[in-house]
Amino acid sequence: MAPGGAASKGARSAPSFAEQVERLEEIVRRLEGEDLDLDAALALFEEGIERLRQARERLAAAEAQVKQVIADQAGNLQVEDLNR
Amino acid sequence: MGHGLDLFSALAPEGAWSVTELTRRARAVVEGGLAPLWVRGEVSGFKAWQSGHWYFALRDRTAQVRCVMFQKDNRRLPAPPGDGMQVFAFARPTVWEEKGEFRLTVVDLLSTEAGGLWQRAFERAKAALAKDGLLDPARKRRLPPYPRRIAVVTSPDGAAVRDIMVVASRRWPLAELLVIPTRVQGEGAEAEICAALALVTRLSGVDVTIIGRGGGSREDLWTFNHERVARAVAALPVPVISAVGHETDVTLCDLVADVRAATPSAAAEAATPDRAEVLGMLEHLGARLARGLVSRSGRVAERLDRTFDRLGAVLARRLERHRDALAGLAGRLDALSPLRILERGYALATDERGRVLKRVAQLTPGLAFELRVTDGRVAARVVDT
Repeated sequence: MAPGGAASKGARSAPSFAEQVERLEEIVRRLEGEDLDLDAALALFEEGIERLRQARERLAAAEAQVKQVIADQAGNLQVEDLNR
Repeated sequence: MGHGLDLFSALAPEGAWSVTELTRRARAVVEGGLAPLWVRGEVSGFKAWQSGHWYFALRDRTAQVRCVMFQKDNRRLPAPPGDGMQVFAFARPTVWEEKGEFRLTVVDLLSTEAGGLWQRAFERAKAALAKDGLLDPARKRRLPPYPRRIAVVTSPDGAAVRDIMVVASRRWPLAELLVIPTRVQGEGAEAEICAALALVTRLSGVDVTIIGRGGGSREDLWTFNHERVARAVAALPVPVISAVGHETDVTLCDLVADVRAATPSAAAEAATPDRAEVLGMLEHLGARLARGLVSRSGRVAERLDRTFDRLGAVLARRLERHRDALAGLAGRLDALSPLRILERGYALATDERGRVLKRVAQLTPGLAFELRVTDGRVAARVVDT
């Protein structure tokens, strides 16, 4: 019944923005620091580019959502849009 | 001396009043003669009863008077007064008939000290929170860098909620804002805020909570100085930003929160990264990614070059050996060459078909043949055998 149960499940299947940026930073650090063979470096690079693209897309596509949460008399949570 | 007044009717034993009559009369006289008034004095012997009523005395150097302040009146005060505190009391003088006691029914109480009872209440609650470690700076949690869900506990009608919405959606539209409406001032507001905070703990996926209101008078902001509210804030499982709009007065809510913001807009700013900055950061990471790969492949190319060089050297050495061997063979071949024999003065005789003429029988008289010597060929004929 909790609102966003579904939303947070959805969020869990896709990496969060924070996870995406963290992974990207890790990739850059490894690419800059570790002694990798070319195949591994290329694979990391490709993953990095892909994550960069996804993060940019997320930023571009995002549209703010505002909702109001209230508890009804039975204690159930009601969520309604509050986009003004 | 008139006889119409009851007061003088008890001058003879036979007209004696009952105690009840006397105290009732005394009460009427006192209440009729002394309208509600302000009294100044020092609190002494303070006691709060289970019923919620307060009992104490007000005194000065030479006199004292018993006082009661009923729960319906004292609940408006932030804290009880302490013994020895100098106060102004607004009171109705009366006589308590059951004890025949002159006393004051206090309906309002002000401390004469700066900040007064409010300050006292604040200090008491603060000490209680500190005792439980809730003001420990080590408790402060870091705010998430990229929040997904932001809970906003505030009045749904004020400017605060609009400011937060505007700033947060401009800076970080990836976040979902969940507004949990509550009253933020007036009687019972603290209970509503606590209920709203409890509701936040039931929401899933909330990364950070903003609690606050726009500016107001000191009394308006008092809701956020309730120990109950402060404890509810401290109990939230996610980081809290407190924005109780007042620059000068820090509330208990501010003190227990993980971050204090001066205004609701500032709270929204603290809760969210700036989209433009994050985009810039991504560009920077992208550039580092590309440089990382280039330098990585550069290093691989260098290694390849070095490998080629080594390979080349090995091949060259091997070729050298082969060349030496070839030269030796060539020398031996050379030594075996028939041309070498001709050099020494021998000649080779062949017929017209190129066959070598080695025996006398092959050389019949008159036969034309060819002689090969070291520097060429000579035509010859057999004269005789």
